[in-house]
Amino acid sequence: MSDASAHALEHHEPVTSTGIPNKKVLMWAFLGSDCMFFGTLISTHLIYRKISATVGGNFLDIRDVFDIELTSFSTFILLASSLFMALGVSAIHKGNLKSMRWMLFGTIIFGAIFLACQVYEFTHFIHAPGNELTLSTYRGEPHVFGSTFYVLTGTHGTHVAIGVFWLIGWLAYSFTGKMSVAHAIDIEICGLYWHFVDIVWIIIFPVIYLMEYAL
Amino acid sequence: MATESIKYLAPDTENKAKTQVFPRPGQHTTGLIDWLTTIDHKKIGLMYGMTALFFLIVGGLEALLIRSQLWDHNMDVLTNRQYNQMFTMHGTTMVFLVIMPLSAAFFNYLMPLQIGARDVAFPRMNALSLWCFIGGGLILNLSWFFTGGSPAIGWFGYAPLTDTRFAEVVGDMGPDFWIFSLQILGVASLLASFNFITTIINMRAPGMTMMRLPVFTWMTLIVSFLIILAFPAITIALVELMFDRTYGTNFYDFLEGGKPHLWQHLFWIFGHPEVYILILPAMGIVSEVIPVFSRKPLFGYGLIVFSGAIIGFMGFAVWSHHMFTTGMGVVATSAFAMLTMLIAIPTGVKIFNWIGTMWGGRIRFDTPMLFALGFITMFMIGGFTGIMHSSVPIDAQHQDSYFVVAHFHYVLIGGALFGLFCGFYFWLPKMTGRMLNEKLGKFVFTLMFLGFNLTFFPMHYLGMIGQPRRTHTYNEGHGFETWNQIATIGAFILGVGIVIGIYQFVSAFFNKKLKPAGSNPWDARTLEWALSSPVKEYNFARTPIIKAKDQAWENNYGPRENHAEKEPLDDHGVHMPDRSWWPLVTALGLFGLAIGMLFHRNIDPSGELVRDYTAPILAGSVAVIGMIMWALEGPGGYHLFPKENDE
Repeated sequence: MSDASAHALEHHEPVTSTGIPNKKVLMWAFLGSDCMFFGTLISTHLIYRKISATVGGNFLDIRDVFDIELTSFSTFILLASSLFMALGVSAIHKGNLKSMRWMLFGTIIFGAIFLACQVYEFTHFIHAPGNELTLSTYRGEPHVFGSTFYVLTGTHGTHVAIGVFWLIGWLAYSFTGKMSVAHAIDIEICGLYWHFVDIVWIIIFPVIYLMEYAL
Repeated sequence: MATESIKYLAPDTENKAKTQVFPRPGQHTTGLIDWLTTIDHKKIGLMYGMTALFFLIVGGLEALLIRSQLWDHNMDVLTNRQYNQMFTMHGTTMVFLVIMPLSAAFFNYLMPLQIGARDVAFPRMNALSLWCFIGGGLILNLSWFFTGGSPAIGWFGYAPLTDTRFAEVVGDMGPDFWIFSLQILGVASLLASFNFITTIINMRAPGMTMMRLPVFTWMTLIVSFLIILAFPAITIALVELMFDRTYGTNFYDFLEGGKPHLWQHLFWIFGHPEVYILILPAMGIVSEVIPVFSRKPLFGYGLIVFSGAIIGFMGFAVWSHHMFTTGMGVVATSAFAMLTMLIAIPTGVKIFNWIGTMWGGRIRFDTPMLFALGFITMFMIGGFTGIMHSSVPIDAQHQDSYFVVAHFHYVLIGGALFGLFCGFYFWLPKMTGRMLNEKLGKFVFTLMFLGFNLTFFPMHYLGMIGQPRRTHTYNEGHGFETWNQIATIGAFILGVGIVIGIYQFVSAFFNKKLKPAGSNPWDARTLEWALSSPVKEYNFARTPIIKAKDQAWENNYGPRENHAEKEPLDDHGVHMPDRSWWPLVTALGLFGLAIGMLFHRNIDPSGELVRDYTAPILAGSVAVIGMIMWALEGPGGYHLFPKENDE
């Protein structure tokens, strides 16, 4: 905005065949691909949940380990972060840099709270007295639940973490004075990613957590 | 000439590189730095192609060692473990380091030219894809030098062969190298595919509607979608396997509750679309070549495109036909058998369309056409044996016999490789500006065709009389010797043919004695033939306005209203994005990350397992810094000013 000369060589975005910016098409293609990543992980978990439903001869009741209140709280936080993200995208479209900064900041903080809950949850589960759920065992017996659970939710957590660092990058960039409404598309694809990761959690939470309580 | 018609703007260093660690290479960069930092889709395509041809020789030598071992009963050219390593490396190399990147080479070079674009949508990402491919290929082949040598688990890596407890060599690192190499190669394929999808959807020249796209471009689009939807399955399967081997999870560990069967499902959910990822590009090439050499338009363009799309779609619904003998149950087995028979229909449609194209045409038997005809006939044989396998009882008989080896080599050499060689003979005049020697080309085709059939036709018979595949030798008295010897002789003939072919391709770039090609030596149809050979840096001096399918043909022979127009020259000139070091740096970071993860475990003197993450973290940081600098430097760019009459 202030430093127009720095963009002297970058023309306005070229006109595309569909009218949709290239970056957005790229992000949608990536999200389609990411569906398959999570689809594979969630299927792995569900298949094993069905065929390995016992541990040491007893029915596997994972409610002994899960802390559904905490996970519900972190789910709420992650969903709320999507509101901040949407408001942030809307702010930069209007060229309101100040508002965008606050909204990105909110998204980052809520994302970070979610991650902190996940770290707490993982540590808590691994060390739960009498009910230790590790990568390879449950209550000291070999089992797959820990493998599928940690790798699935861990992959989701990694996605959230990447989103948080990406947003931190844009928040920092917004203070360089080079950011303008021309970057709305960049924040928008960031938002697409963030909402997608959120939607994946909306699937993971009922399917991996809540279903254990419906039995 | 390109350079004379271009006047350059002011020094290209202005506005740039104030905070760069190393300066961004400018417009006039040449030599090694040019190749390392290039973001030109044509140069990236050439590097993809040349690297893949190198790996074709590596994978071919592995195949010849396998064939030498099978020359006679109880040979010991290779030990049983070395034999297992050879067929693992041969399969992995040929699939991931030869056929896929050769297809990617053509995608890169041709697709933007065919749609009238100046480059792909994300040129730097394209470079990252190339360097990841080269890095992944290196990691796979580095495995020879570390504990246990190369993986001996088959290209399919079935559990529990990959279980650390069953390793033949204590601390065998082969499977780990295999895992990390496939992950990096996966990154390369995914990045390239996102790029191609965006380019084809978004960067078509005005008037280039989807139904005017050349069939090769259509196949690029379909294959790219297959890649982005199929690769995640193998990526996750490999992540799970990596966790099993590195952190002791139980995904595929049947002693602790895991199911090896799951690996087979995940592998083939990727693996079967992969078969179409390998064959559809060749089908695209052949669909471009046959009309040119029959001097007729492509028969049933729409049908060919939609059959390709249907093959791609149904390719996701047939994976379990690789697993008929695992005991999935009657319902699943029957469903997959039926779907497998069904997928033969769109494939057959394409073959009839190619025949329909040739029907009544004035056929010229130049080398590209010979390879295209070789493709159709040989691929049909492979297809027929494929349909045989959709029948469950027959499949159960053929499972793990040489019949299957014969089947998929007919598809992958007689199909994919012949198609790709056809592409080289067809498009190298465009890429190099020189015609290849026809006589030598026909000689190469004859050697390859003969050698290929001598090698693989007897394998049908060997399989029927019971020779098992993946077995390092056989005993006397089964009557296997004669056919194996014929196959081995054939393999060497095929090898000689391929080597001469590769020599011919590479020398086309350097041999000044070859005839100049001119812009359209074959009198071909698609847009790239309207450009000079070799194509200039900026592809199109003025963006064409497309009026018809087969635009280059219409320009020469069509009615006036079908001739392409060109957008007026812009005062700004042609905007070219700058070269960049960061794709290479990022790829090096990812390469280091993989190597670091491979070696992060050590056993200390007291026998304890020690994990040291310094190296992976450092290398990972290099990748992250690479990406950040990449984002900060922006596309940059300079301008070229072609003259009014330049192509």
